[in-house]
Amino acid sequence: MSAHADNIPSSRHPLVSYIARWLLTTNHKEIGTLYLCLSFTLFFIAGAFAMIMRLELFAPGIQFTQPDFYNQLVTMHGLIMVFGVVMPGFVGLANWMIPLMIGAPDMALPRLNNFSFWLLPFAFTLLLSTLFMEGGAPNFGWTFYAPLSTTYGPPSTDFFILGVHMMGISSVAGAINIIVTIINLRAPGMTLMRMPLFVWTWLITAFLLIMVMPVLAGVVTMMLTDRHFGTSFFEASGGGDPVLFQHIFWFFGHPEVYIMILPGFGIASQIIPTFARKRLFGYRSMVYATVLIAVLSFVVWGHHMFTTGMPLFGELFFMYATMLIAVPTAVKVFNWVATMWRGSMTFETPMLFAIAFVMMFTIGGLSGLMLALVPADFQYHDTFFVVAHFHYVLYPGAIFGTMAAVYYWLPKWTGHMYDERLGKIHFWVAAFAVNLTFFPMHFSGLAGMPRRIVDYSVQFADFNMMSSIGAGLLGLTQVLFLYIVVKTIRGGQKATAQVWEGAEGLEWTVPSPAPFHTFETPPVIAAEED
Amino acid sequence: MSGTPRYYVPHSSVWPIIGSIALFVTAFGAVNFIQQSTDKVATEGEFGALIFYAGLAMVAFMMFGWFRVVIMESMQGLVSRQLDRSYRMGMVWFIVSEVMFFAAFFGTLFYARVISVPWLAGAGHRLETHLLLWPDFADVWPLFMTPGGEGTQAMGAWGLPLINTMILVTSSLTVTFAHWALKKGRRGALIVWLATTVTLGFTFLTLQVVEYIHAYSELGLSLGSGIYGSTFFMLTGFHGAHVTLGAIMLTVMLLRCIKGHFTPDNHFAFEAASWYWHFVDVVWLFLFTFVYWF
Ligand code: HEM
Ligand SMILES: [Cu+2]
Repeated sequence: MSAHADNIPSSRHPLVSYIARWLLTTNHKEIGTLYLCLSFTLFFIAGAFAMIMRLELFAPGIQFTQPDFYNQLVTMHGLIMVFGVVMPGFVGLANWMIPLMIGAPDMALPRLNNFSFWLLPFAFTLLLSTLFMEGGAPNFGWTFYAPLSTTYGPPSTDFFILGVHMMGISSVAGAINIIVTIINLRAPGMTLMRMPLFVWTWLITAFLLIMVMPVLAGVVTMMLTDRHFGTSFFEASGGGDPVLFQHIFWFFGHPEVYIMILPGFGIASQIIPTFARKRLFGYRSMVYATVLIAVLSFVVWGHHMFTTGMPLFGELFFMYATMLIAVPTAVKVFNWVATMWRGSMTFETPMLFAIAFVMMFTIGGLSGLMLALVPADFQYHDTFFVVAHFHYVLYPGAIFGTMAAVYYWLPKWTGHMYDERLGKIHFWVAAFAVNLTFFPMHFSGLAGMPRRIVDYSVQFADFNMMSSIGAGLLGLTQVLFLYIVVKTIRGGQKATAQVWEGAEGLEWTVPSPAPFHTFETPPVIAAEED
Repeated sequence: MSGTPRYYVPHSSVWPIIGSIALFVTAFGAVNFIQQSTDKVATEGEFGALIFYAGLAMVAFMMFGWFRVVIMESMQGLVSRQLDRSYRMGMVWFIVSEVMFFAAFFGTLFYARVISVPWLAGAGHRLETHLLLWPDFADVWPLFMTPGGEGTQAMGAWGLPLINTMILVTSSLTVTFAHWALKKGRRGALIVWLATTVTLGFTFLTLQVVEYIHAYSELGLSLGSGIYGSTFFMLTGFHGAHVTLGAIMLTVMLLRCIKGHFTPDNHFAFEAASWYWHFVDVVWLFLFTFVYWF
């Protein structure tokens, strides 16, 4: 009773049926591919915005962009990277891999899955079209604080709001699908505590998405009514409060940053054991740490608002709660290192990216701890130090995590090995460039350079020049990545089913490339002693 | 309910992409509609409303088509127990997401009442704003007078809202009676109870409209009357929208009951609609307590 995409009459023009196939597909592998392609495309678009910004910041003074346009670039870069690149990238991986890893025939709700994906191209069309509108694109940063986005937002802000609604629907529907798949479609014998960690981290991530995306929808709705229908949610003269916007936004925003890193944790936990040829150290503690991080992530949002004049009790509460999160995070880092300890390690490209993930994510975590200290944050807030912090957790964290996953599973998807030599070049250049770009931002930030401003004082010139050179290089290496991926899709050495010598798990029991339908009858997972 | 043992993976489907396009059209229309009918005008003309309603019509068409397919699959016995569980879990998590949507607005209400309004009235260490900007502003809730000087009267709790509370609570009971009747295979009772529920639902909505007219024309309570009016209409308005949706769902279920679609042990759609109905009911109880009563 299985489905085939070829039920479309073959009398049609091949191009028509090709397009129809991708538009109408309910297959988790095809939808996963669509997500990954969208994510990759938007990566280059949002990356191009970053290139223009770094070009502008290459030297002090205003060279290429007007201040307002610069602000639009900052905003679009952030929004698209967060909602269009990191999140869809992870969802794409979830679509491809979760059914394969738990022995399910597909996602639990395949049609809903198609809906979740195809909302996104429309949502981003809406968002990107604002760049060409009268009054320009949104210019208030990806955090769209009121009153910048309410009283002072350009007319295109309304398109942004509806775009966010569409992304929200997509994310919630996608998350529901993932949770239901994981809870309901596991093969017999695949108990919760035998699930691969990538599946575990996605289970928690999906839960976070369901809990916070509706809150984001609520806050943009209040923006819309404040803008047009005379409400005063974020307007003090009516009894509201612009700071309330920040509370609601960050109640969404902090869990959101974990949404952008937990699947990365899962990926590292898959890859490191494979190439260390050892079982993951402390599987249970990894699971518990993930759960704890997710729970705590709901009570730390105030660390983004230390300088808004919260009462002292609030500052202290959020400071300690934030520092508490570092504990389960450190447990994870410890476990990854302990997994590598005395392993028979080899350093194929996925492993290189995974190790870099561990190391540089830790740097980002440590700068996060510095920011969590209230008195220190009074100095650091809204400087480039914050920019350095979150780029360390997001670029070598979320993005490198995704790239590691792509190298790791590409042979399974395409049936071909990627070019290992090019992969290594990609890694080393990217790792160098990422540090050249973002490490100096710590210093310019500590020295007081504010973020989101088109011009800067001459004393920051050297650091900015380094960052800009690094950024250019980083951008170029991603073109190499594109080349490597396309080349692998088109051909290359045949991949075996297991692909990696040390790989374990159901996904490696099916042939490479994975057939259109897998596990139509569930595999039986033999009990193994834990 | 034996169905196929395998998990049913549907053929490729046109409905999701129609849904995506429909939502896109709706969103695009909504922005233009709003901008053209309020002060911040970015686009000229009046096409916004047209596109918006066209989008909504497409959404309705999509839902009709999509659910039709699902119903047909269910009647063909393609829905295994496992797939049935997927649908159930999906509905539960959808309701959880709705709860969080309302949580944002309740959070706003509590923030206004516990934090921003007292601060604006000079509580805590927030004296300067009070002294320098709005020295006359006093902390009372409902907020009769905003700092900016917008006045309104409060909506009482013991008239229509109390009647509406009783209506919704009763309807939650009647939908449960309908469910019991369905499980016992008593179609007559099922249809009567369900029809009662639907009637109660639409009565609630009618009274809600009466209350809004009362608020606007007699109390001077509007979206523009400060944070009290904002939270009042946002919460009751979104609740009303959800009641409308729930009532439509129940109406469809009523029609399907009359057509004899459900059996005592296969009626997930009915249950989903009734869960949704209970959810709107519970939200109302919170609303009644915190928006009207205290
Ligand atoms: C040990 C864990 C972490 C701690 C203690 C931490 C702490 C903080 C603090 C205190 C801030 C606010 C700084 C300020 O605005 O003054 C911040 C900002 C930020 N963090 Fe983290 N963080 C951690 C991990 C992460 C992770 C894993 C991510 C994402 C993957 C992340 C993403 C961000 C982002 C995007 C911002 C800036 C938001 C903005 O203002 O635009 N952080 N972090
Ligand atoms: Cu945070």
